[in-house]
Amino acid sequence: MALDLGGRILRSRTVAALASPHGIDRYLTQINPMLAAHEVRARIVDIHPEVSAPGAPRVATVTLQPTSTWRGHRAGQHVSVGIDTGEGRRTTRVFTVSNTESKPGDPLTITVRAHDDEDATPYSISKYLTERATVGTLVHLSQAEGDFVLPHHVPEHIVLISGGSGITPVMSMLRSLQRRTHRGKVTFLHWAPSAERQIYAEELEEIRGQGHGVDLHIMHTADGAPYLSPALLEKLVPGYRDLPTWVCGPESLIEATQAAYDGTESLHVEYFKPPRSGGVAGGEMTFSTTGKTVANDGATILDQAEAAGLSPEHGCRMGICFSCTANKSSGLVRNVLTGETSELPDEQIRICVSTPEGDCAVDL
Amino acid sequence: MTTVEKTGNRRLTAEELEAFGAEMDVIRQRIVADLGEDDAAYIYNIVKKQRAFEIAGRSLYYLPVIGWVPAVACLSISKILDNMEIGHNVMHGQYDWMGDPDLNSRMFEWDTMAPSENWKYGHNYMHHTFTNIVGKDRDVGYGILRMDEDQEWRPYYLGNPIYAFLLMTFFEWGVAMHDLEVDELVAGRRTWAENKEIGARILRKVKEQTLKDYVLFPLLTGPLAPLTFAGNFTANIIRNLWTFNIIFCGHFPAGVASFSQEECEDETQGHWYYRQLLGSANITGGRLFHIMSGNLSYQIEHHLFPDLPARRYPEIAEEVREICERYDLAYNTGPLHKQLFGVFKKICRFALPDRKSSDAAPAGAAPAIEEVAA
Ligand code: FES
Repeated sequence: MALDLGGRILRSRTVAALASPHGIDRYLTQINPMLAAHEVRARIVDIHPEVSAPGAPRVATVTLQPTSTWRGHRAGQHVSVGIDTGEGRRTTRVFTVSNTESKPGDPLTITVRAHDDEDATPYSISKYLTERATVGTLVHLSQAEGDFVLPHHVPEHIVLISGGSGITPVMSMLRSLQRRTHRGKVTFLHWAPSAERQIYAEELEEIRGQGHGVDLHIMHTADGAPYLSPALLEKLVPGYRDLPTWVCGPESLIEATQAAYDGTESLHVEYFKPPRSGGVAGGEMTFSTTGKTVANDGATILDQAEAAGLSPEHGCRMGICFSCTANKSSGLVRNVLTGETSELPDEQIRICVSTPEGDCAVDL
Repeated sequence: MTTVEKTGNRRLTAEELEAFGAEMDVIRQRIVADLGEDDAAYIYNIVKKQRAFEIAGRSLYYLPVIGWVPAVACLSISKILDNMEIGHNVMHGQYDWMGDPDLNSRMFEWDTMAPSENWKYGHNYMHHTFTNIVGKDRDVGYGILRMDEDQEWRPYYLGNPIYAFLLMTFFEWGVAMHDLEVDELVAGRRTWAENKEIGARILRKVKEQTLKDYVLFPLLTGPLAPLTFAGNFTANIIRNLWTFNIIFCGHFPAGVASFSQEECEDETQGHWYYRQLLGSANITGGRLFHIMSGNLSYQIEHHLFPDLPARRYPEIAEEVREICERYDLAYNTGPLHKQLFGVFKKICRFALPDRKSSDAAPAGAAPAIEEVAA
């Protein structure tokens, strides 16, 4: 109660006016980084390895204790996580929250797989989290975002489909459903490379054992499990096309699912990573500030700029953090997340999720 | 009008300019590749100190009588750090590479009347691109003063010293109004419509700044309110005097070159560097002095590399000086009193119409620089 009053005072307009132009958080953080009125920060309180099979990238679940400003999340949502990974630079990446829906101030978990392919900071953020971070490390968070969520009123029978680390949002949904004591039926299909590389293996086994209306199918491709097809779906989930379905995973899985559902409205999709290219190649991509021009290969403008030796500012590379916003002076670009195109001159675009179609000029 | 006549500087050939520019590029690349932890630690430390001074300043008002002078001192220091080493430099994008939104040029707002967004246009773009090009760089006289003989004399300019004095005292207001380009408006080269958004931003910012310094914080000190009010006013003025003086020493001491629009047409990168170098002047001093001036005492290096962290300017300066010697270019530097005297002389001299014989070297031209630079 007292805490809440404190929070309300700190968030008041008077305090904002007194702290102007810097904002009260700029002062609070100097006293203690876990004090905040608006921003969200968190301390790592636990790091739990999920997978450390030889040859496979490490996967770990990181538990974060956020500041009291954390507003909680709905199962399936994600957060941007910013970490100072060295050399004075902060890197931001997006991770799905993997624990059950949280309430304001509640701890949250993210499950991270070490990627090699993240950009050239001394440590990629996923590697940092799985290899170097320790209990006590401070991270910067956004509030939870995204509409890949279950409806408040969950239908009688739902289908969850995931592949690889795409399991995290779906797992958060499953866990939340169990806590909500959802009485209906959940069919959960998951593809992983092999049993050793299966994230949350134990917990999934437990769920399978309990029954409770969860129909679990785990397919390990290394063991020759069949890939997703209409026939397989029909066999495992008869009448699946009419069932509300949530799918998250790599592009190939999403595409196969989309094909199998054939445009029905019951399918909800979350790309685990934005589609890499998919743009139309051709024409010239001009970076006006530096005067560089390359042949447009259809990749995102950020990728093309980096390939041309530029290093534009960016964060999440998924269209979420807006740190890569740049001015497009001319040309038609497609938003790879929504498929929308636009060709207004002098537009602010997020270059990480925009692919040029034909000639395009961006102030970079 | 050429730089040669004005400053006694050697004019570089096209090849020399190119080589000169390439040397500057090398410095730049080396520093960019080397940015890291120390730079981040430095600016975080400055921010911490600034916040501490501000909190100390605002708190000391509660100690009547003995607290007032230290309160004003702390607050002045806080405001100076905020504006110079933090605000000005952060808004140049010097720390954007850190990925910290608090120190990001697009998001930073500072403790002065001028809204950052307006200022970034007038300063980062207009002033830093067109440095000392008379008629283009609006910082040449700020549309108020006559600071260069290429600005045509009018009787209005007889008030030059008075305007300068007023501008110095109320500098933060001057900087805020600067973006409205009132002189251009009066001359009919600018429309009211163009100023609408800019004006709205200024109003909002002025409201915020006055609310905290002149209403809320004084009220919070209860019966001591008038003293707090006076203290905040004083701190703002002290900050104004300091920033004005540092900034005017950057471009207006004796021996600084100005350029005509014609000679900067189709300018090469090398010539751009050359113009930045000759159009700026440094101030010598100790480490603390450099920090308090936001390292704008290294104005030359700042103009050559406006987006490199200012703490790097001292190390860059040694190389720049050495390069200047090789190319036989003046490197304008001197202690504060000397540079200030040069500025003061200019303010007074350009109040009056130009003397007839233009052959006579203007007071304090080339020889003065060499002597100072020696
Ligand atoms: S990098 Fe985050 S929106 Fe583009």
